[in-house]
Amino acid sequence: MPIRIPFASSPPAPSSPLDTLNEKAPIHVQRPASQRANKRISQFFSTSPKSRTTTDAPALHAAQQQQQQQGQFGPPSPAINPATLSLPTINLTTATGEKSKLQGNQPMTLFQPPSPEEVRRQQKAHAAFGPIGSQEHRYSSRYVGPEFPTPVEDEPPYYFVLTTYISYLILIVFGHVRDFFGKRFKQEQYRHLQERDGYAPLNSDFDNFYIRRLQLRINDCFRRPVTGVPGRFITLLDRSSDNFNLSFKLTGTTTETLNMSSYNYLGFAQSEGECADAVEAATKKYGVSFASTRGDVGTSELHLEVEDQVAKFVGKESAMIFSMGYVTNATAFPALVGKGSLIISDELNHSSIRFGARLSGAMIDMFKHNDMRDLERVLRERISQGQPRTHRPWKKILVAVEGLYSMEGTMVNLPGITELKQKYKFNLYVDEAHSIGALGPNGRGVCDYFGVDPASVDILMGTFTKSFGANGGYIAADKAIIDKLRATNAGTIFGETPSPPVLVQIASALKIISGDLVPGQGEERLQRLAFNSRYLRLGLKRLGFIVYGHDDSPIIPVMLYNPAKIPAFSHEMLKRKIAVVVVGYPATPLITSRARFCVSAAHTKDDLDRMLAACDQAGETLQLKFSSGIAGGREPIPDGLTNTEETKIQELKSEGRHPHVVPPRWKLEDIVKRGVQDVKLPLV
Amino acid sequence: MNTTLDFQDASNTAIRYVHEAADQFQKIPGSSIIIRYIQSSYQNDPVRSAVELFLFLFAVYYLLAPTYSTKKATNVPLTDAEIDELVDDWTPEPLAAELTPFEAAENEKRPVIVGPSGPKCRLSNNRIVTNLASFNHYNFIGNESIKESAVKTLRTYGVGPCGPPGFYGTQDVHQKIEADIAAHLGTPASIIYAQSFSTISSVIPAFAKRGDIIVADKAINYAIRKGLQISRCQVHWYEHNNIQDLERVLAKVVKDQSKKKLTRRFIVTEGLFENVGDMIDLPAIVALKHKYKFRIILDETWSYGVLGRTGGGVTEQQNVDAREVDMIIGSLAGSLCAGGGFCAGTEEIVEHQRLSASAYTFSAALPAMLATTASETVRMLQEQPEHINNLRENARAMRAQLDPRSDWVFCSSAPENPVMLLVLKKEVVEARKLSVQAQEELLQEVVDECLRNDVLITRLKAMPPALGVAPNAQGWQPPPALKVCVTTGLSKKEIEKAGITIRHAITKIMTRRK
Repeated sequence: MPIRIPFASSPPAPSSPLDTLNEKAPIHVQRPASQRANKRISQFFSTSPKSRTTTDAPALHAAQQQQQQQGQFGPPSPAINPATLSLPTINLTTATGEKSKLQGNQPMTLFQPPSPEEVRRQQKAHAAFGPIGSQEHRYSSRYVGPEFPTPVEDEPPYYFVLTTYISYLILIVFGHVRDFFGKRFKQEQYRHLQERDGYAPLNSDFDNFYIRRLQLRINDCFRRPVTGVPGRFITLLDRSSDNFNLSFKLTGTTTETLNMSSYNYLGFAQSEGECADAVEAATKKYGVSFASTRGDVGTSELHLEVEDQVAKFVGKESAMIFSMGYVTNATAFPALVGKGSLIISDELNHSSIRFGARLSGAMIDMFKHNDMRDLERVLRERISQGQPRTHRPWKKILVAVEGLYSMEGTMVNLPGITELKQKYKFNLYVDEAHSIGALGPNGRGVCDYFGVDPASVDILMGTFTKSFGANGGYIAADKAIIDKLRATNAGTIFGETPSPPVLVQIASALKIISGDLVPGQGEERLQRLAFNSRYLRLGLKRLGFIVYGHDDSPIIPVMLYNPAKIPAFSHEMLKRKIAVVVVGYPATPLITSRARFCVSAAHTKDDLDRMLAACDQAGETLQLKFSSGIAGGREPIPDGLTNTEETKIQELKSEGRHPHVVPPRWKLEDIVKRGVQDVKLPLV
Repeated sequence: MNTTLDFQDASNTAIRYVHEAADQFQKIPGSSIIIRYIQSSYQNDPVRSAVELFLFLFAVYYLLAPTYSTKKATNVPLTDAEIDELVDDWTPEPLAAELTPFEAAENEKRPVIVGPSGPKCRLSNNRIVTNLASFNHYNFIGNESIKESAVKTLRTYGVGPCGPPGFYGTQDVHQKIEADIAAHLGTPASIIYAQSFSTISSVIPAFAKRGDIIVADKAINYAIRKGLQISRCQVHWYEHNNIQDLERVLAKVVKDQSKKKLTRRFIVTEGLFENVGDMIDLPAIVALKHKYKFRIILDETWSYGVLGRTGGGVTEQQNVDAREVDMIIGSLAGSLCAGGGFCAGTEEIVEHQRLSASAYTFSAALPAMLATTASETVRMLQEQPEHINNLRENARAMRAQLDPRSDWVFCSSAPENPVMLLVLKKEVVEARKLSVQAQEELLQEVVDECLRNDVLITRLKAMPPALGVAPNAQGWQPPPALKVCVTTGLSKKEIEKAGITIRHAITKIMTRRK
């Protein structure tokens, strides 16, 4: 095995999923009394170190303490006192390999504590990127199979649908009642919605209603300020509000949470390691800016090098880079298409694509999310009818899709689209903002994942914000297209040029992924991400949650439905020191409020078990386990029956009927026990 | 008779069926209510019953009528075979058109810097040139203390924040730079965007919607134009920097709208104009704002960090309270040598953007290193006035070499502006009948000539016409100009020397053409 410097530092830690929830601070969870009193669960609630050390296995004990230390030494967590370091008892199973160079000073001691600085550095590094627990925890993300399936979308029982609508109704009615009295008795609070001094209000009363009456209630779940590296853990700045979320005050304390929210897919958000070292050197050499636009004098050797690397990485002739991902889309469309052209866009495309499409002046049409039949219908209609009113043929037709949809966790049906492309001769624009780095056996995005030749996609766009831990975006295409774009693209002419530290971060991340730098590390990151994505998804399905999206997607949306569960879930997770993103209307359809987990290569299996344990408890408390089982996570088929039951289900499915499936409600222990092996099979 | 019998038979069966039907109908719950209703309504008002019956039948007809779409009204009905044929027949244009020779030359001539950028930098052809083309006005790029603090930030925060500000992407360093800028300008609050160019095109549509009114200067930059386009509001233009014309337009708008519902109204202009280089008369515009009740959106991308005693922009330069301007948009990527942009205003304005400005909500946050660098440079500008004084000195020295002494060009920039735009004199253009394209080519030759003499300057780049739009429908176009950016990284002597080089290059190209 090649040596992996930041990874090969911790032995595999055997652990119980429930213990993995242990954290430094007390956790108080209200549970219904009807819950069966499980000894291990009750142990979870006890927080004194004594009860924690009473677990039977000494190895477990050591692993636990190790984890505890990790928790204590997050990036900026204050006051590190070496005296409080609880050192494990001499134990070869956990201490081998780690700091072996320090051994030998005292012959009777097998384990020497590393120096406090060393520990601190190590913990800091591990807080950003967790060491792999076992070589078993790897998987290669690649699609094999005939036709790419549309993921099955499970539906909750009608009770939850109904209560969701009723909840919104109550919220809206209540909001109007409050407005009615508020506008009469507390006029000063509504002044910004009324005409003032001859000026029209900046916000319309109607538009503001949602924000004022619905979102304000749960505002503490959004825009939580953070500090430090958004890696495996993220440090939140605690805040409180004494005016019902209208404004927040920082309390001055911080909370280190497990980070299930950042788009740090490959774990390159690090302040230590090869990337950070390279960035430091570059900053010292180049400063932090070129203070110009690409069109003027903002092009340096660094830019050319990164452009070259990106083009090679995605498999295109040429590439150009921008300092912001949003602007990449916003300026690319006007430079490619204009009046007389047609943009056909997936209905769930990102705001930046819509912005760019609108700026371009081209006609815009939409097709149902990832629905190839609907796309074909739109294409046939539009091509045959030509431009509206004049019926002249279109100059160009550009189909814009995303590689991985950030709210759904679905992937584009690239084989389906390229097939249509051959017949209908349109141009294809794939926004790989989330998929680049995150998908494919080599991390090269959706083309890599499906084994599709990148030449069959005209424009590959992506961002460096997510997988690469940097900032900005790129466009890769044939040389002729890029050359034209360089001369006509507003982002090049007017947009600021990417800054040297960001460029070097991109360059070194790309080098690591493709194996030029620290061979083996890139591969490990990719495979850990693929494993982690599937592991968490399978676990959540087995617990009984409704999960959207494709199996290999590192974005895992879990459905919450009722609006009151949005803040409740976020708070339940925060209590367990896990940072999650919750979203509701208008970012999603009214009914499907969701929590979104973003898996990272920086997470260890233990982190994910901790996540599953937390979801298990929160899911019980909040009644979130309502999957019917049609989307997967079923109990394994007993050995005697092997495939007959499965074939029966398949038959029923092909006839368009709903097979009877038992809703999956696995026990956490079973999920953890079976997870590692089952993840590598097709997820059912 | 047979026929009568048949008739009786038939009527009997009919009556039987009617009775059966009536029985069945009475078994339906609520049928008695309907019967009672019909009976009473018929007795009271037979016409009403007829109307009700007609309405009922119409409703049935309407519900059973085939659905139709208003969209497809203009579609030509085609068979599948015809569609297939049309699909086969259709050949799209290539996605990108051929490069024009001018564009190709531009791509080729774009200078590539090797190593760090600075007042003197090395190009890929291995020549060391005097850099008068970047916005590194205070030479903060080479400042060691800034580098040091950036490295410190790197070791605490990493590079990217890996998320949008709404989802755990708001770091404490962002909150700090927001507070720093608000304090520097004297506004209650400010908000940071990840890129300067995208800031204003996102700020405008966050507030101005369809039906709102914007009065804008004709010479505003491309980013503002795109913001106006996205906002879909009514745009009225006034002559560049002409207060009388602005007042005329405002008065006209107010008069036209006097009988309509009050909508949001904005004046959109720039502090220092990107395309012309001159400065606005802010006090006069603020007076008009109060008179006609318009809000001001002021783009200070080129004036923040440059104008005023501490670089606070136009408001500081012209002694206007920053709170009189509703929104101040500025850049941290230019003279401040960091990255990103900001919008400053009241808390209400700032908080609204956090939810509805798309470039803020839907984009990753600014890297922490750039945020702390901006904090640092904003602080330095306030604490070390020598930076700005030196810049003014150098700008004056450069201007003296170019503006009054050249027969061919004049400087359209304000004297305080360190970005000097040199435009061909009107009489020169007229005498030679130079088209815009010809002027661009001439100026590019000047740029090339300067580079041969190791002075790096650039041209004011104009946006090529939008695709599919006729060139004469473009509206106001910036005049072709040379762009010379002064920096404090060079001594006064070096500036003067570079100025002479530029002047000679202009003369050489212009006279050679004769």
